[in-house]
Amino acid sequence: MILNLTQAAEIDDPSMVDEEEVRRSPFWDWDFAFDAFPDIFMAFLEVTLLVTVIGSLLAAVLGLVIAILIMVLPKPLAWLVRWVANFIRMTPIVVQLIFVFWAFVWMDALTIGIIVFGVHYATYMSEVYRAGIESVPRGQWEATTALSMSAGRTWRKVVIPQALRSTVPSLGNYAISMFKDTPFLLVIGVAEMVTVAGERGAPVFRTTEVYTIAGLLFLAASYPTAVLINRLEKRLAYAH
Amino acid sequence: MPTPTDAAGSEPGAAASSAPTPVIEFVDVEKSFGNNVVLKDLNFQVARGERVTLIGPSGSGKTTILRLVMTLEELTGGYIYIDGQPLTHHKRDGKRVPVSKKEQKRLRTRIGMVFQQFNLFPNMTVLENIIEAPIHVLGRSKKDAIAKAHSLLEQVGLPEKADSHPSSLSGGQQQRVAIARALAMDPEILLLDEVTSALDPEVVDDVLNILREVADTTNVTMLIVTHEMGFARDVSHKVMMFDGGHVVEEGPPDKIFTNPEQERTRKFLSAVLGH
Amino acid sequence: MEFFEDWPQYFEVVINWSDRLMAGLWTTIQLTLFGGLLAFVVAVTLGLLAGSPHRWMRIPARILIEFFRGISLVVLLFWLMFVLPQIWMRNPDLPFRDLVYNTFLLGVIALGVNYGAYGAEAVRASLTTVPSGQWEATTALSMSWPHKMRRIIFPQAWALMLPSLANLWVHLLKGSAIAYIMPFVSDFTAELNQLRRPTDIWFSHAFIGLIVYFLLALILTIFMQALEARAKHKLGRGPSLKEILSPAPKAVVPEGSGVKIADSEQEAAGAGSAPAKPEGGVR
Repeated sequence: MILNLTQAAEIDDPSMVDEEEVRRSPFWDWDFAFDAFPDIFMAFLEVTLLVTVIGSLLAAVLGLVIAILIMVLPKPLAWLVRWVANFIRMTPIVVQLIFVFWAFVWMDALTIGIIVFGVHYATYMSEVYRAGIESVPRGQWEATTALSMSAGRTWRKVVIPQALRSTVPSLGNYAISMFKDTPFLLVIGVAEMVTVAGERGAPVFRTTEVYTIAGLLFLAASYPTAVLINRLEKRLAYAH
Repeated sequence: MPTPTDAAGSEPGAAASSAPTPVIEFVDVEKSFGNNVVLKDLNFQVARGERVTLIGPSGSGKTTILRLVMTLEELTGGYIYIDGQPLTHHKRDGKRVPVSKKEQKRLRTRIGMVFQQFNLFPNMTVLENIIEAPIHVLGRSKKDAIAKAHSLLEQVGLPEKADSHPSSLSGGQQQRVAIARALAMDPEILLLDEVTSALDPEVVDDVLNILREVADTTNVTMLIVTHEMGFARDVSHKVMMFDGGHVVEEGPPDKIFTNPEQERTRKFLSAVLGH
Repeated sequence: MEFFEDWPQYFEVVINWSDRLMAGLWTTIQLTLFGGLLAFVVAVTLGLLAGSPHRWMRIPARILIEFFRGISLVVLLFWLMFVLPQIWMRNPDLPFRDLVYNTFLLGVIALGVNYGAYGAEAVRASLTTVPSGQWEATTALSMSWPHKMRRIIFPQAWALMLPSLANLWVHLLKGSAIAYIMPFVSDFTAELNQLRRPTDIWFSHAFIGLIVYFLLALILTIFMQALEARAKHKLGRGPSLKEILSPAPKAVVPEGSGVKIADSEQEAAGAGSAPAKPEGGVR
């Protein structure tokens, strides 16, 4: 799973390509495209989707924990949690990947990728949850006070179920964002889709097909999901 | 000062022997939001079983009083006693000392509130709304809570709506469910905060009739904020006229509504009744 | 940790490398500024087109937006780097030959087009948020399209779209770190990566890198919040920038500007359409 890091991180100079060779070959070679597709698609399923799904779940759970911690912790601690989250959110995922990769050299790069993506996006999702929690009308909190409900039950039975409703579409959108950020994993040498595409094309000096396939796979997966989430958003908005 | 009898279904305004401990007592209560003082040096008592209506122009602090009793607002000065026990602070050596959260919670279970905006939980069915607190706060059995919920739904005229979601109900129906939800806790004190203000005019009477019936058949102490003067007159033992955070005038409804002493009260009543 | 024991030594190394680090930082700033500028132009152009009532303008704009948002930034970068130059290789007489080998420029284009497409969604959404009465009033006054856009609609939409654009700009700054994989673009991340070799404990310097990026993001955020305050003041809402800055420095960065960022994201999304970076209510 781990490539040689310096190799992965430094791409060949495009101007070094043999232009004569390029001119002689066709711009698009269908045979090669069909030949390369299975490998790229497998990397898509095995790495890109895996990171996105597990990373999103991790981010969704951790994000909720962060949002609640910021709301219930005593002020100085809440302030600390919020600024750590701000820090993670406002710094590049690429540098975070490299940082964690070298800080935990004994760890599998794929695992690091999932954790970094999960934590990074958790800081975004925590803001979504926070907005969702704040959108629960004050009257709901007041009703729980009037009924003497405990804090735990108020959160579990009244606030979170209502907050989640409005957050689902935004969480979905962040999952799509994460999906499109997964190629950043190449900086720690994880063989995700774009890396595999590059490796497939390099030996034969063909790049058009492999990168186009990778791009189309991203489009094919993210666009319908975005449309679906948009529909869901509208339905939830009307239903309430 | 007229006091109510302890008997259920007492005639409003009927005088009786003085009550022992007032069930609600405000002592030098002060409430401010930032620099804005809403209530100052407020003193009054409500006897057990008494039904008191607070009237006055908006912004006069009536709703704040209810919210202070429900601990929805923080008391900034003075003391509130529920059945003789301090709700938010004790007085110890002349200083205000906060009471324990636990004690406050215990007192709070004896108080119920119906809100202007109903505040039903939209993610729960009508039945779940009603049984949530009796089961998880009072520790009643699910079976008892459900049985009681059904009888309350019967009482408010919505027996068939137990499994509906609040969003499928009209405003009047939601408010009736909210009344049932408050009553399911068997409160000793019921706070009614402009319960008909958010309703369509034609359903106001349905809701008020239910509350009249509650007043007639139970001994629950009520603190009411309303703009429905007819209702105030029917159910309350005492009416308090507020303006600018002060009690302008108080007395039995017959007197306040027909023959108020203060010019301010007269003006207010002619404005709300004459519209 | 070794880092703490050997701190003076690393400090020395960082100082020795400071020239290169500063050069890298400068490249990153340039990528962010030029990329941001291009993204803004793309966002406004595509956003206005996508909000147009004419199908023949709207549909192509939509396709471009979906395309540039939908394919990943990295794919876009590789495409520009490896596929685009082939056109010039096959036709050596085409002009601007040098430009397609300029990896810095390609990086700017990739960042600008990718984040610009996200921004277009924010621009379009904020245009629809301007109350319909305003549009109707411009029609009633027979204003031409450029006239009403420039004088009436856009200034109102501007205040609404600024929070999302601010967000996107921070995203773009963070996204620019990927440029370090490109040959001849030695941005801040690339120089940090080089720093690993002499020091061996690279992660301490990666942490310094994170802090520098964080500070850059904070500066961007504060700048954009100042712009937003000014835009709101011009619409008669909120104090002027001068008032904010002068006596009590209070409002510009309300506690935790990072939080504020996400706040505004929700605000922009509130219209029902476009959260900043993730493709919110598309279409």
